[in-house]
Amino acid sequence: MTILVIAEHNNTLLAAVTLNTVAAAAQIGGDIHVLVAGQGAGAVTEAAVKVPGVSKVLVADQAAYAHQLPENVAALIASLVIEQHSIYTHVLAAATSNGKNILPRVAAQLDVDQISEIISVESPDTFKRPIYAGNAIATVQSNAVVKVITVRTTGFDPVVAEGGAATVEFVDTEYNAGTASFVNEVLAKSDRPDLSAAKIVVSGGRGMQNGDNFKHLYALADKLGAGVGASRAAVDAGFVANDMQVGQTGKIVAPQLYIAVGISGAIQHLAGMKDSKVIVAINKDEEAPIFQVADYGLVADLFDAVPEFERLV
Amino acid sequence: MKVMAAVKRVVDYNVKVRVRADGSGVDLANVKMAMNPFCEIAVEEAVRLKEQGIASEVVVVSVGSPGAQEQLRTALALGADRAILVETDDALGSLAVAKLLKAVVDKEQPQLVILGKQAIDSDNNQTGQMLAALSGYAQGTFASYVEIREDKVTVAREIDGGAQTVSLKLPAIVTTDLRLNEPRYASLPNIMKAKKKPLEVLTPGALGICTDSTNKTVNVEAPAARSPGIKVKSVAELVEKLKNEAKVI
Repeated sequence: MTILVIAEHNNTLLAAVTLNTVAAAAQIGGDIHVLVAGQGAGAVTEAAVKVPGVSKVLVADQAAYAHQLPENVAALIASLVIEQHSIYTHVLAAATSNGKNILPRVAAQLDVDQISEIISVESPDTFKRPIYAGNAIATVQSNAVVKVITVRTTGFDPVVAEGGAATVEFVDTEYNAGTASFVNEVLAKSDRPDLSAAKIVVSGGRGMQNGDNFKHLYALADKLGAGVGASRAAVDAGFVANDMQVGQTGKIVAPQLYIAVGISGAIQHLAGMKDSKVIVAINKDEEAPIFQVADYGLVADLFDAVPEFERLV
Repeated sequence: MKVMAAVKRVVDYNVKVRVRADGSGVDLANVKMAMNPFCEIAVEEAVRLKEQGIASEVVVVSVGSPGAQEQLRTALALGADRAILVETDDALGSLAVAKLLKAVVDKEQPQLVILGKQAIDSDNNQTGQMLAALSGYAQGTFASYVEIREDKVTVAREIDGGAQTVSLKLPAIVTTDLRLNEPRYASLPNIMKAKKKPLEVLTPGALGICTDSTNKTVNVEAPAARSPGIKVKSVAELVEKLKNEAKVI
């Protein structure tokens, strides 16, 4: 078996989620190759060759791959699987917005069904994945010659970043469908830890009342070294940006500590955080469903409780 | 230009599903069904394009059981002009659905196909991307803004780090995210009118599509339950518990 892992990166840094994806690949077993498709991504390749367990890094460095346009990158991946290396038994990517954008396109080109967001590897052809917002766990077996899989990174502890020594192979073909072009990207700048990697996450919901009040959560988060998230209600109301949404269709997080502030706890929100190790809920409504999943619940006005919390830690 | 929107009949988003004891799936008997929320956003966007004079016709299509006619009638009440149901009682995988939609796209030749980014039952997030691959079209997934100018569509996409904008040649595929629009409610007169709008029923066989999947669900189980927590009386007690009991701060 040989597994092709698609590296997640921004042409400069190899994203940490790639290490979780490699961990899933290691559980499947066999040779692991990593594809770095991008432009001017030499530093990413350097990082990828050091990942333990990876035997080869394929580098496709072309303008067409600079912004991970799926029309081009999926064609590259499918061709690597079909034409150049019929050795691949699995193609894995992290279930990020980028992985979700590209991999189903690869699966369709290979005429196989994808297995989305696996949380465990039962055997090389059988995997577990959540359905119905995590209210059920399906065990799915694939008979595809090439299994195309996205990996929910919270289900797999990352491998260490250094210690390996993979070989590098360059892939020269440029696939450019010519149907899509990149216009721009506006990325949120934050000094706080990335939500999906943070050990502690503080999230706010409709109870925050407005965007300005999130300053109370930022102050607490900075004391704790935490990332800051939000419920869909808070994002829809325009309090904060969409990249902070935690939930079934937003980001899935599983930190050591999740602090839900002014969040009622709709099942769609719980789907994004209920695998956190310890859950704290602060809400003035003692009937709020969030208390049913909380390890520690505090019925209180968040505007009193959060500043006090910040002072005490 | 013609715009197509795809809709899926799913368990209503407020329902907390129960897993069957024999591991064969979730219990859908007597459970409220509805249009997948992301598909409502897709229909709304298509109807708005018609109201702006950009789309000349809005066709809604669904793949599913005869019951899905209910969701197609809802889409017609929201403003779609006509509906197509590819009828099957089989629980199809995303690839089969994408192949069936591709067959309908070949027949109908829409310039833009709008789908929900994900169905809230299977949580796959695949069909739109697969339809784009099979059609050879460009894709704008997780859209929060869509604008059509001449032969191109500009799509603002919600991505993990923020927002990305891409420009796609038409025909193209768009999948909706939550912030694209706020779907309207169907008015009673429109619900009545929708009953008279055309609804065509096709079958996978008539479209010549094989719907086999490479995936097989071998078991469905309930997730591990969390052990019940406690209520603390004060912030001081909370901080003490987090430090000394849970040891997470």
